[in-house]
Formats: sequence, C-alpha cells, structure tokens
Amino acid sequence: MDNKNYLKDINDIKTMMSRSSRFMSLSGLSGVLAGIYALIAALYAHFRLSDIPDYADKPAIVATFGDFVSAYRLVNDLVLTACITLTVSILTGAILTMRKAKKQNEKIWNPVSKRLLVNFGLPLITGGIFCIVLIQYHIIGLVAPAMLIFYGLSLLNASKFTIGDIKYLGLANVIIGLVATQFVGYGLYFWALGFGVFHIIYGTILYNKYDRPSPGPSQKEGNIN
Amino acid sequence: MKNIIQHINKAFDHRVRLGIMSILMVNDFADFNMLKELLGATDGNIASHTKALEKEAYISIEKSFINRKPNTRYIVTASGREAFTKHIEALEKLINPNE
Repeated sequence: MDNKNYLKDINDIKTMMSRSSRFMSLSGLSGVLAGIYALIAALYAHFRLSDIPDYADKPAIVATFGDFVSAYRLVNDLVLTACITLTVSILTGAILTMRKAKKQNEKIWNPVSKRLLVNFGLPLITGGIFCIVLIQYHIIGLVAPAMLIFYGLSLLNASKFTIGDIKYLGLANVIIGLVATQFVGYGLYFWALGFGVFHIIYGTILYNKYDRPSPGPSQKEGNIN
Repeated sequence: MKNIIQHINKAFDHRVRLGIMSILMVNDFADFNMLKELLGATDGNIASHTKALEKEAYISIEKSFINRKPNTRYIVTASGREAFTKHIEALEKLINPNE
C-alpha cells in the first residue's frame, strides 16, 4: 500500500510523543545572551573586587570604619548585580521562548511547560535559599560553587522535560562547581566560566541545532516540527 | 509482507487515535483538555475515539472532580502499550523492510 502514509504515521507518533512530554520551544539564543550578561556582570564584579585595599597587609586594628562600610557596600552591590543579571536573563529567556513557541505553534503555558518549570525551579530555589544562608554565615567562598552546583542540578532535572541536550550543560556546571570548592577565592572565575562561557557555547550549539532558519544537515533530526 | 500487514492494528488506523496513544505512551495520564489541545480535535471527536480505544481495553478512563468540575483522565493499559508497540514495529518494518 502507500508507503508515504506509514511514514507520516511514524512521524506523527514521534511528534506527539515529544510534544506531549517535552517543551521544545526553549530558545538557544537566550542562552547566548544570558552568557553575555553573566560575563559583563563578572567583569564588573572583578573590577569592584580589585578596587578594595588588601586587608591582608594591614594589621586588623588599622582597618578603619570606612573599610567596613565599603566592604558592606561591596557585598550589597554584588548581590544587587547578581539579582539584576538573573532578572534580565530570565526576562530575555521568557521573551525569546514565547516568540519561538508562537512560531512553532506550541502553547507557552501547557502541562508540559508547567512540569518543566516546577522541575527546574524547585532545585534552583533550594539553591538560592542555601546561598543566602551561606552569606548569612559569611561563608562567602562557597557561594559561587553552590550556585554552580545547584544550577547544574536544576538543569539536569529539567532536561527530562525539554531539549535533552541541556543535561550536558547541567553536568558541566555541577563538575566545575565541585572543582571550584577546592579553589576558594577564585569563585568568580569559575562563575564566569559556568554561567558565562558555558552558556554561550551551549546556546550556540542549541541555536545551530534547533533555531537556525535555513535547513542544514542537522535540521532533519533536530527540528521535529 | 502479509505477515506484517496483520500486525497493523485497525484500532489505531486514524490520526486522532494514533495521537491519543502516542501521548498516553509517554505520559502517566492525560486529561480531556490536554488531548484536545495537543491534537487540535473537537470535543466529540476526542470523546468518540477515546471510547473506541476504551472498548478495545487499550486505555482506561478515570473520572473525578477537581474543584467541583468533572475531570476525565485517560491512562494507557498494559495491553494497550503492548498493542501500540507492535503497531509501531509493524509500521517501521513496512517503511524499512530490510531492517
């Protein structure tokens, strides 16, 4: 009989299976942009940190009230920078993902995207609270590694409900997070690597694999729609 | 060739039924609205096709109330899972007879 119909049946089955269990409209471009924001934030933090006088050379008694004030301000500013980076990244991701969902005729708010958000959000919020606790106890050196580890675990958890490739990004972040625990004081560099460079690399890979408008050789398997 | 055709299941010989089974294979359950949205079919369409699949005992139906609104959940049965897997295998063999 007609072969074409069977092929179409198989394609329909594949499309429905992935559509009903995975949210495929995640934008690769937003990953690249989030990476760029992270690098800018890290650069800003780096300059702010290299501005402070070296306390190690001074006896503790000489540290003035002004030093304390500026240290307090610094922590405040860095936390604010982190929050702004996070907000702008989420906004960019949300806007680009909505645009892509519209293009692919996928509803942005469906049972699948809800599941994705819950599975991504729970470990991430846990990590966020844990980082606040670390700051509370002045264990600043472990904040950057903890952010990387929890973010990586969130991605691993979310990878079952969206484009599967993000599990590698998650794994990479967990690994450098663990490595960073052994290099306290260099947290910012690991943070820039994980949130900046890795995002840009994976965003580019995802963009080429799934978003590219022109049909390439990888388009056939990548773009299910 | 005749052998393979035998495994092509008549119960799945419709786009909507194929879609319902595909969705239920990869989800613990799906409710009426989810099926409707994903398949872009009408209420009556979904209702008649789920009924047909239930008659074959390929899916089971659970009715409950969520916030006093009736909610219908569909779950694939063990025999439905087996039948659909066979159906997919038969389709694949028809497309690629050499494999």
